[in-house]
Amino acid sequence: MNSKITDYIIEKIIFLCGIIAIVFVVLIFGFLLKEGFAFFKEYGIFNFIFGKYWYPSSNPASYGVFSLIIGSLLVTLGAAIIAVPFGIMTALFIAELAPKGIRDILKSIVELMAAIPSVVLGFVGMVTLVPLVRSILDIPTGLTAFSGSIVLGFMAMPTIVSISEDAIRSVPWQYKEGAYALGATKWQTIRRVVLKAAMPGIIAAVMLGIGRVIGETMAVLMVTGNAAAIPSSIFDPVRTLTATIAAEMGETVRGGLHYRALFGIGLVLFTITFIINFIADLFLNKKR
Amino acid sequence: MVDKIRVENLNCFYSGKQVLKNLNLTVKKNEILSIIGPSNSGKTSFLRTLNRMNDMNVSFSRKGDIFLDDDNIFEMNPEKLRTRIGMLFAMPIPLPMSIYDNIAYAPKVLGLKNRKNMDEVVEQSLRDASLWDEVKDRLDSSAIKMSGGQQQRLCIARILAIEPEVILFDEPCSGLDPISTAKVEEAMLKLKEKYTIVLVTNNVKQASRVGTRTAFFLMGELIEIDKTQNMFLTPKNKLTEDYITGRFG
Repeated sequence: MNSKITDYIIEKIIFLCGIIAIVFVVLIFGFLLKEGFAFFKEYGIFNFIFGKYWYPSSNPASYGVFSLIIGSLLVTLGAAIIAVPFGIMTALFIAELAPKGIRDILKSIVELMAAIPSVVLGFVGMVTLVPLVRSILDIPTGLTAFSGSIVLGFMAMPTIVSISEDAIRSVPWQYKEGAYALGATKWQTIRRVVLKAAMPGIIAAVMLGIGRVIGETMAVLMVTGNAAAIPSSIFDPVRTLTATIAAEMGETVRGGLHYRALFGIGLVLFTITFIINFIADLFLNKKR
Repeated sequence: MVDKIRVENLNCFYSGKQVLKNLNLTVKKNEILSIIGPSNSGKTSFLRTLNRMNDMNVSFSRKGDIFLDDDNIFEMNPEKLRTRIGMLFAMPIPLPMSIYDNIAYAPKVLGLKNRKNMDEVVEQSLRDASLWDEVKDRLDSSAIKMSGGQQQRLCIARILAIEPEVILFDEPCSGLDPISTAKVEEAMLKLKEKYTIVLVTNNVKQASRVGTRTAFFLMGELIEIDKTQNMFLTPKNKLTEDYITGRFG
């Protein structure tokens, strides 16, 4: 009888925790929608998305986020170009080529990389990478989309490496053995059989890595220069969606138009990350 | 008959533990040599040494030599060797693509054939594997949907497409029902006209049905090797007799 009561209570507690998590997510989403849509109604969603100028403090204020979206996408794209090939090759090395001792060391180092707080990465990037970029490329400032891409590439790498490595390792060994038995070399086997079979998992890894990058705030705030203008190249300073929210939220009047505009940005970000996670989920499910 | 493979004083070890002891035997051209024996007798280790699949296992080491047409296989390029000695595993693993592509895959990857002849290669391989009549109308459908026996014959056809000289069968029917098994055996008997076959099997009856000669392995040693008929009717060794009559193993 006693154990029945315990069962009942614990079941209810678990149920409550689950429901509370869902309720919080719904509340956050609802709040975001409420403030964001209030802004869209007042300012116009088209002017907001495609407006070129983000001048929240001039008169009249202008809230065009096009340059911020471009900034975010540019930095993310740059990070992806750096992190994806490096990440996949590292994963291949760890899963297929590295001798056992080196494999374990590499794996723990990659996992350690994921544990570095983003502020620390941003800080290290600011004092080491930024001056280096400036002096090597001979440009007026090292605070550019390029520097941001490098720092974010580092942040995306652990995710891409560890999830891709899992995918590569879960390719049945019979596939590899079958390929070897047909006279395929190690590289032919890796390229035509292992990578092919692991592809859904690798794509999911890339998507999750990119999802992390696009939502990243502190590091980009510190190294990209925060100029809210459409960049002409990757070596120009940019400002991202996330950095704008983080930098300006403290200065806004609660309930004001600027305040709501930042929620509008939040909604844009939410949409982008939702799409990316959705794609990642599609591929992860395909894997199973 | 001519010797296709000659094994001389072969000793094999996994992490220092001896699994094959001083093995001497020959495989003759165009025969099916069946290897029988209880588990842990070294049958599969022997097979995997023949096309150097064991090379990928770091704990593996060996002494002694194996000759394929008088070439020492341990001095050959392992990938080249494996195109001459193909291997079929217990579990048929078709690649997740169409029947046609499964067979065209290896010749394409290895760059062995030009693409114009590919249709002929696919047809001939499927015919030799006794599968052509069953699949000729659906070469574009997925190989995963085939039955187990068909998948195993597809894997045979896949090996035939690279035209090896010797084919190693590692318990090819262990997961198949009797009818599928009969079809795979039928394919094997047809194949021996063109190829040399080494068959490892846990099924003593299978050895008696398809083997030209049969070898009996026990605890890493070759106990007896003889024409299949002689072996099954008048085994010379008491251990062989006990095993094939089912008294142990």
